[in-house]
Amino acid sequence: MSQSEFKPVLLGRIDRPDSQSLASYRADGGYEALAKALKMANTEVIDVVKNSGLRGRGGAGFPTGLKWTFLPKDVNGPIYLCINGDESEPGTFNNRVLIEEDPHQVLEGIVISSFATRATTAYFYLRYEYGRCYRTLKKAIDEMYANNLLGKNILGSGYDLDIYLHRGACAYICGEETGLIESLEGKRAWPRIKPPFPAIEGAFRRPTVVNNVETMACIPHILKHGPEWFQSMGVPKDPNNPRDAGSYGPKLYCISGHVNKPGLVELPMGITARDLIDNHAGGVWKGRKAKAVIPGGLSMGFMTNAELDTPLDFNGPGRVGCLGLGTAAVVVIDDQTSMVDVLYNACRFFAHESCGQCTPCREGTAWSTKILERIRDGRGKLSDIDLLLEISSSIGTIPGTTICGLADGAAWPIKTAINKFRGEFEEYIKSGRRSESPVLAGAH
Amino acid sequence: MVKVKVNDIEVDADPKDNCILAARKAGVEIPHYCWHECLSVVASCRMCLVEVGETKPDGTVAMGPKLVPGCQTPIKEGTVIRTDSSKVKTSQQMTLELLLLNHPLDCSICDQAGECYLQDYTYKYGKAQSRLDEPKLHREDKYHIGEQIALFTDRCVMCTRCVRFTREVSGTAELQVVARGSHEEIDVFPDTPCNNKLAGNVVDLCPVGALCSKDFLYKKRVWWLKHAQSVCTGCSTGCSIHVDQNENKVYRLRPRENPQAQGHFMCDEGRFGFKYIHDDRRLKYPRLKTATGHASSAADSTPAGDLSFADPWPTILGEARKRIQTAIQNDPSGFVAVLSPFMSVEEAYLLASFIKGIDPRTKLTLGPVPVVGSDDLYPKGPKGEPPLPSKVKFTIRAEKCPNRLGVEAVLRHFERSVIHAESLGKSSASAWYVVGGYSTGWVNEKLDQAVGTPSLLIVQDIFPSPLSERADMVLAAGSFAEREGTYVNHAGLAQAAHASIRPPEEARADGRILMELAGRPGLFNAMALRKEIASTIPELSAICVGDLGDHGVRLAKNTNQPLAAKS
Repeated sequence: MSQSEFKPVLLGRIDRPDSQSLASYRADGGYEALAKALKMANTEVIDVVKNSGLRGRGGAGFPTGLKWTFLPKDVNGPIYLCINGDESEPGTFNNRVLIEEDPHQVLEGIVISSFATRATTAYFYLRYEYGRCYRTLKKAIDEMYANNLLGKNILGSGYDLDIYLHRGACAYICGEETGLIESLEGKRAWPRIKPPFPAIEGAFRRPTVVNNVETMACIPHILKHGPEWFQSMGVPKDPNNPRDAGSYGPKLYCISGHVNKPGLVELPMGITARDLIDNHAGGVWKGRKAKAVIPGGLSMGFMTNAELDTPLDFNGPGRVGCLGLGTAAVVVIDDQTSMVDVLYNACRFFAHESCGQCTPCREGTAWSTKILERIRDGRGKLSDIDLLLEISSSIGTIPGTTICGLADGAAWPIKTAINKFRGEFEEYIKSGRRSESPVLAGAH
Repeated sequence: MVKVKVNDIEVDADPKDNCILAARKAGVEIPHYCWHECLSVVASCRMCLVEVGETKPDGTVAMGPKLVPGCQTPIKEGTVIRTDSSKVKTSQQMTLELLLLNHPLDCSICDQAGECYLQDYTYKYGKAQSRLDEPKLHREDKYHIGEQIALFTDRCVMCTRCVRFTREVSGTAELQVVARGSHEEIDVFPDTPCNNKLAGNVVDLCPVGALCSKDFLYKKRVWWLKHAQSVCTGCSTGCSIHVDQNENKVYRLRPRENPQAQGHFMCDEGRFGFKYIHDDRRLKYPRLKTATGHASSAADSTPAGDLSFADPWPTILGEARKRIQTAIQNDPSGFVAVLSPFMSVEEAYLLASFIKGIDPRTKLTLGPVPVVGSDDLYPKGPKGEPPLPSKVKFTIRAEKCPNRLGVEAVLRHFERSVIHAESLGKSSASAWYVVGGYSTGWVNEKLDQAVGTPSLLIVQDIFPSPLSERADMVLAAGSFAEREGTYVNHAGLAQAAHASIRPPEEARADGRILMELAGRPGLFNAMALRKEIASTIPELSAICVGDLGDHGVRLAKNTNQPLAAKS
């Protein structure tokens, strides 16, 4: 399917009047996929999702169907499904739009996924700051209970499910899979050590699956149209890379930063960053050029202007030194912006959000912020650049020095900014100039 | 047992061990802060990162691509651990540099200096200089964190051992982490300080100088302290301890790890309850009632009565022996000796064998056994309720004496039964030899009446009491820190305690008094006596090894008898 003939799937209903209501959703064929799924065996539902090649939309891109199969076969007692709606990666707002404009699409996906994973309770962990989402979801869930789409014996199938809507604890780390589980349990969101993985021992020490909101929104469509339809969009598997699982399906791209028309667009996976900026976001603002682009949320690092032809699928950003596709939140930085300021802002965010459990992340993120603060104050040294690189390469799960990936996310902006814009950093330090420009965004 | 290779050294390790324990068996130290044997694994300090690999069936070794925390990584047959690669060393250096970033480096005024893991590891694995150019974070010290504990916030490495201790061992959960990132601090909720009965342990658990004992704060540099292995005499749990002293003054007690006794910890009652040994009211001189009247307690600070010469002991003990022998000859069944549950097995044996040696018709009894409330079990539940019996991690026992079982074993041998002195009835004997050694007032009304005013009353004790007031002779004895001997705890574990200080002034350790009183040649030697006791008293035969080692020796089961009801 080419881009021009692509019709939005996930955002297909958002312009409908009263798109949040159950009646409107049903009028558009809502909950048909659920009725279909409930007539299938739960393993068949898993197979459909597995065959579709759907990969998690939360950032890591782990195949969803495969994740579900990690649950133990014979379980005495409950299995839980946790929905990660703690969308807090800077630049990301796709979950918010999905929940605010079409909550039933997400909820239908949740019921189908719960059925597939044999979960009888689903916890919707929603970012606290998303007040409107909370109200919309609350209303939608009430409607579902009133219409036998939740509770006992859903649609006469004999399947029971309860959804609890849980408001988050206002921290970036709550979006980490196990941090979310700890927070849900009422504790400090300190990510857990693995193993055991959540599929074996997760929320309340029970087998648990944690899935992203956008992933859930994809599920009803896959059930309705089949895996082949889903695979007709996106980038197929790289035959030369046996570990590549392909990048199929529609994806929501959040575009923000120095563009004329920031917003959320839905496209098949694999559009290039340049195409996205020029044709879907009205180009870089004020007639300027893009200096750097964050491909998928701040923690993925930076691409240079020359790298903008990289396709934004699960593999593309990795080929140019970025951490990955992340949440597909594209942030554009124009050529008038100092990378020192941008990096300072990034480091400040991660230092503020580091949960403080592992030493390298707790101290490393704060230290790199202090160094950049000093550089911005005109007191930088050339050796600071290598020190920043050393700090960034010694924190994170990739060298193995932290429990969760927050530190990797903190390290990648530093690594990519310095490796790709080293000259600018050197020039900045040599000039001894002081940066008076305000930071790009608050650290909150 | 599985075979594991640590830096090319092959060792047999328990499959339940983690890499740190396995390496320890090979004599290799993996530095760590957050991991502790008694607490859950959090793997957050990242100090114990090592390279781990496995041996393939064809004999080749496949090392993992990343560093892994040694505390969290289990071992299996063929596991290969490397702690000496450049990758590991670089990571250790970096972690230490990061830990020290905001550390104030105030070792010169820090109580922990000398036994600090930040110092030790930095010396061994760190580097000399920090590359931090910016000002350090400063956080306020918190003296309010507990009655006995002060928090020097800046020195904290956020290992959370203290937090986990209050959640997992004491169950009281007062301590917690507040704030986030590098601004994190340990704190308590307002008005709920960490005052549980095990709170002092967080000071020992703290690998750095963040949590300090207010009691010990700024009292002594730790390198001046000499350590003696001993046993806490606060209750019948009999925690293994270190007595830390300098210049004949005990500064602190610390728990000594003993899986057979209490584990790793001790309670605050025991930890801070040693102060009485330096109390000014202690009996410091032996006293003999003069012909003209009572030796007054006010005279206790000087050699009393007519014994005004330098060394009163040979005279007073000679006199005591003579009077005991005369009293027994006159009325053998009217002579009662009261053995205290604070005595060591050796002391009880010396006294019992001496008295019974003169005449078997004399009576040996057990002194009052102090019992306060009921056993205090930890970890506590959310509402302070005790844990299920299978979940108990620490017990503060109601029986507040260290050696009832040991003394009872001696009594059963020499007297065939355990008679409680309090049950003897008013003025039931003509001559009494009473041993005290209790940390608090112990002479109850029943015992007071039972003793009455006999024709001979000899008291061997550390504090004045109603009995010592009217005694014919007072033998100033030693406290637990001044004596050496064996204590048998509630579970029949015989542990050796070593003397750490000298008794005050002219007071003498009980063993020395009793050796001389019994006219035995030579010095008091607990090791030699243990062998003698073991061959005499079958119930105590297990202590025949003499040296009971660090963890003590378990006696045969029948020693373990509950406290008989006092009639």
